Amino acid sequence: MKHILSILVQNRPGVLARVAGLFSRRGYNIESIAVGTTEDPDVSRMIIVVDAEERIVELIAKNVHKLIDVLKVQNLTHESYIDRELVLIKVNATPRTRSEIMQIVSIFRAHIVDVSDQSLVVEVTGDEGKIDAIVSLLRPFGIKEMVRTGRVAMARGAWSDEGQQQRPRVIA
Amino acid sequence: MAAVEWSKSVGKDSAKPVRMRAGEAFVQALKDEGVEVIFGYPGGAVLPIYDILYSADIKHVLVRHEQGAAFMAEGYARATGRPAVCLATSGPGATNLVTGIANAYMDSIPVVFFTGNVATAAIGSDAFQEADITGITLPITKHNYLVKDARDLPRVIREAFHIASSGRPGPVLIDLPKDVTVAEIDYVYPERVDIPGYKPTYRGNMRQILEAAHAINLAERPVLYVGGGAVHSGAHEEVRALAEKANLPVAMTLMGLGVFPADHPLSLGMLGMHGTVAANWAVDRCDLLIACGARFDDRVTGDLSKFAPHAKVIHIDIDPAEISKNVVADIPIVGDLKLVLQDLIEKVQPKRPEAWLKQIDEWKKEYPLRYYPRDGEIMPQRVIEAIYEVTGGDAICTADVGQHQMWLAQYYGFKQPRSHISSGGLGAMGFGFPAAIGAAVGCPGRQVWSITGDGGFQMNLQELATVKSYNIPVKVAIINNSFLGMVRQWQELFFDRHYSHSDLHTNPDFVKIAEAYGVRGLRVTKEEELAPALEEAARHDGPFVLDIHVAREENVFPMIPSGKSVADMVGLKGRLES
Ligand SMILES: Cc1ncc(C[n+]2csc(CCOP(=O)(O)OP(=O)(O)O)c2C)c(N)n1
Repeated sequence: MKHILSILVQNRPGVLARVAGLFSRRGYNIESIAVGTTEDPDVSRMIIVVDAEERIVELIAKNVHKLIDVLKVQNLTHESYIDRELVLIKVNATPRTRSEIMQIVSIFRAHIVDVSDQSLVVEVTGDEGKIDAIVSLLRPFGIKEMVRTGRVAMARGAWSDEGQQQRPRVIA
Repeated sequence: MAAVEWSKSVGKDSAKPVRMRAGEAFVQALKDEGVEVIFGYPGGAVLPIYDILYSADIKHVLVRHEQGAAFMAEGYARATGRPAVCLATSGPGATNLVTGIANAYMDSIPVVFFTGNVATAAIGSDAFQEADITGITLPITKHNYLVKDARDLPRVIREAFHIASSGRPGPVLIDLPKDVTVAEIDYVYPERVDIPGYKPTYRGNMRQILEAAHAINLAERPVLYVGGGAVHSGAHEEVRALAEKANLPVAMTLMGLGVFPADHPLSLGMLGMHGTVAANWAVDRCDLLIACGARFDDRVTGDLSKFAPHAKVIHIDIDPAEISKNVVADIPIVGDLKLVLQDLIEKVQPKRPEAWLKQIDEWKKEYPLRYYPRDGEIMPQRVIEAIYEVTGGDAICTADVGQHQMWLAQYYGFKQPRSHISSGGLGAMGFGFPAAIGAAVGCPGRQVWSITGDGGFQMNLQELATVKSYNIPVKVAIINNSFLGMVRQWQELFFDRHYSHSDLHTNPDFVKIAEAYGVRGLRVTKEEELAPALEEAARHDGPFVLDIHVAREENVFPMIPSGKSVADMVGLKGRLES
């Protein structure tokens, strides 16, 4: 099963390697990882998606939490959460297929961000289901290149890292 | 260079900052931490630090191999309970520490390792003697630092000692580029540490403690399972108080030996692969297993699916990541063992599970640890007993790795914590002799013995030069079977006696080797020479090497083969049942 871990870390060199090492030493592949600073520039958040059994994820999460530079680890999979990913897709487009592609793009409220005589670049944002759907619809035209940011995710509700209301389950 | 007043108070509290070079700040910070001794070895990248050490009043033990320094630091920390310090140069100096760091990590030993590195501008360029030691040691340190700005040094050292010695202890490494050590800084040693991501839990959750007490009160066949965490926590008195209040039999891991006196009626001795029959059967049949600072290592549990199958499990550990890692805990308690046990003892009712204790006594009587003396040979187990007799049972004994390590654990009957020092988690040959040196440096006045194999001794015997130069009175007892004994035992039992590359009959003459280093040496080949030789070594004022030729093909029993369970235990009566 896929798990989404939200990890707050001190913004320091090496912290990504430390976190990633705890997945790789057990032979688990990180499916996606998105990192960026938070509202506090000294603190970064990593959103890691990993496909592993619950027990393994729990063990890894506990070890991640042990890292000195890690402030908080949360498994969003157990919460109600919002997730988004931004994807750029370069798809083959001939004068004959272009309008069909543009229809798909508009149904998904995606955008065309680059046009050439043989291709289009589509920018789409959405949750996993939406991304999977548009990718599968565009695939028959021939996807030449695809770049994904990795998923970012956030727990729903009024809770924040600072606040205490509706505090979601925190591991370790 | 401006002369620095070395003192215990420079820079402390709100004292005025003192201008000094970072190399001086390094020494001053160690003094502010109360460090007495550095185990180290010089080289290009740390020459500025060694230049400060030339005139600093802090003790430095010059080793002959950096691995020796790492193991000495561990021996010091294990024997004293205080964090130890080890110093090496960049590149090969740093990589030579790696086995020692991994060993400290596996056994949760507080050592602060300092390595030199090339100048910051050259880092990452494969410069001469450069190694990415923070990268290399990422998975084997509790934390590590690359100091790029000399002004961070006092804070980093303060944090490193705090991290190494608090919570679940462990090694911390600080990498010091050469230019950083010569930069000038305003030294103030921070009084407080503030590490937002590091807040160990010390007090146990009271609800869980009450539940644990309730389970103990109800249990009919309880067993206390005590590991190295009890040593780190200093919880030996609490373990004893709890055991005696509720009459709980106590089984110890290799790392837990000494926490509970071996000669106490409630002691089951060691459990696990080479544990006693009584300890393993008790764990197998118990209805409540109380794990105290132990981590259900595979050398203890064997086949996890068959381990303690009837037991409810209470797991007390300071490290939340250990809880339910291998065995699911019914009642987990995260906290410092000593504090948790203090709370728990109050809530536990005095009791005496008569039938259970009687059963255990029968097992202990029927299946004591035993061996069968053979004419004309010195039995290795007998050597351990004889060392016990000569030292009155209160020496610090270090083991290397192999058969002799198990015989030491089985036959010395440790009575106090920190008297048995062994490489548990990593099982690193070469550990024992340097660890004994570190223990002797940390505990002057104590008798310190290194019980070692003829194989393992050869992995760090260059440290004979170290004991000679400082006259460190370590007594080395080589249990010499001219084999890689433990390897030979496995080959005998599981590989059709194919003694593939485990025969060491071309061993050197260890007495001559000792003498070449200027250390007294003596060979023992007959049983009647044993006691007098041990006594001579014990009496001798200084280091001593005993090369004791023992029965070559003796085995360690009982034994639960790797990955098997109690039902597969062999050698219950000290030899293979035919
Ligand atoms: C550094 C290292 N290399 C290899 C091993 C594997 N090993 C475990 S016990 C052993 C034999 C040790 O022989 P010796 O030191 O003579 O002790 P004995 O078993 O005979 O008491 C070996 C090779 C190890 N534990 N550590």
